[in-house]
Amino acid sequence: MNPQLVMFEEELKQIQKIADRLQQDSRARSILLIDKNGALVAAAGAAHELDTTSLSSLVAGNVAATGGIAKLLQEDEFTGQFHEGKGMSINLSLVGRRIILVVLFDKNTTPGLVRLRVKRAQDELVPIFEELAKKALSPQSSPLPDITDQDIDNLFND
Amino acid sequence: MSFINYSSREINCKLVYYGPGLCGKTTNLQYIYNKTRPEAKGKMISLATETERTLFFDFLPLSLGEIRGFKTRFHLYTVPGQVFYDASRKLILKGVDGVCFVADSQEERYDANIESLENLRLNLNEQGYDLDKLPYVVQYNKRDLPNAMSVAELSKSLNGTQVPEFEGVATTGVGVFDTLKMLAKLVLAELRKGT
Ligand SMILES: Nc1nc2c(ncn2[C@@H]2O[C@H](COP(=O)(O)OP(=O)(O)OP(=O)(O)O)[C@@H](O)[C@H]2O)c(=O)[nH]1
Ligand SMILES: [Mg+2]
Repeated sequence: MNPQLVMFEEELKQIQKIADRLQQDSRARSILLIDKNGALVAAAGAAHELDTTSLSSLVAGNVAATGGIAKLLQEDEFTGQFHEGKGMSINLSLVGRRIILVVLFDKNTTPGLVRLRVKRAQDELVPIFEELAKKALSPQSSPLPDITDQDIDNLFND
Repeated sequence: MSFINYSSREINCKLVYYGPGLCGKTTNLQYIYNKTRPEAKGKMISLATETERTLFFDFLPLSLGEIRGFKTRFHLYTVPGQVFYDASRKLILKGVDGVCFVADSQEERYDANIESLENLRLNLNEQGYDLDKLPYVVQYNKRDLPNAMSVAELSKSLNGTQVPEFEGVATTGVGVFDTLKMLAKLVLAELRKGT
């Protein structure tokens, strides 16, 4: 069972910086960081053109299915995936055990360059998410210690 | 497990609808999708066979509004109910925050309900979860059909732990939102505990 994922201002800034640089250095269209449960963590580049919510869920489903296949083949995990389209291609790789790094790119770059830059970004991202995993375990990270039943009820009064 | 983003002040939770084949899981999500105002929902994605049976999952993202300054986002998933899709069901359960078991009230689906519920417990255990510790609700669906068993009978065999239970007719929406609201409440209450 994976622990809860949390994100804070400080870490998000660092992550954003790495994602922005990866997008520029690899000449990619957009970068997405998605948690394995399908929630979007960060995005860079032309991500506003995308339905990131749908993409996140499908990418997470895809990685989960591929992970399931790996397990059946006694592989620990496949380290990455690459899908090539006529216009757009997509490169999926893992950051630690919890995060999926997605690079969407077109003919403006090459799969080789993308992979090269991804490697560097992965190395930089891993310790940040390790730090976040530690923070998630500390007790003060419940965001809603004082919510009331009334607060919860109010959500549904439409 | 939920994802709490303190930076963008968002809470993401994953709710899974589980149950035997054809019990009405996808129909629950379709009803919710159709009745939710556009700003509060994203696209519904259904990975289904040509005969509309769920192949991998249905996905429906909802934003219910803010609670103490945090946006609450619920990601609703259904599993494929057909027995042989068990590997996919396990994958969908990963990271779950709350479960709705949708039972098919029809007499002839009695065994299928029991089997699916056992399968749910087993698959959760495999991933280190315990159904009795998760936010969990039960819906007895297809109450409109003449061969529906009584709720008392269903409850006795499917809801031994007496979690919140609802009668449903997912095609017309009876009980659909009551079920969802209760599950969302239980998940938020769990989050408050700060587990
Ligand atoms: N009469 C009646 N039919 C229902 C009800 N809910 C769903 N159905 C019908 O039952 C059939 C199966 O419903 P689905 O929602 O696709 O079932 P499912 O649980 O998603 O099935 P799988 O994807 O195979 O696991 C459809 O034809 C629905 O219209 C109900 O409350 N009453
Ligand atoms: Mg279905």
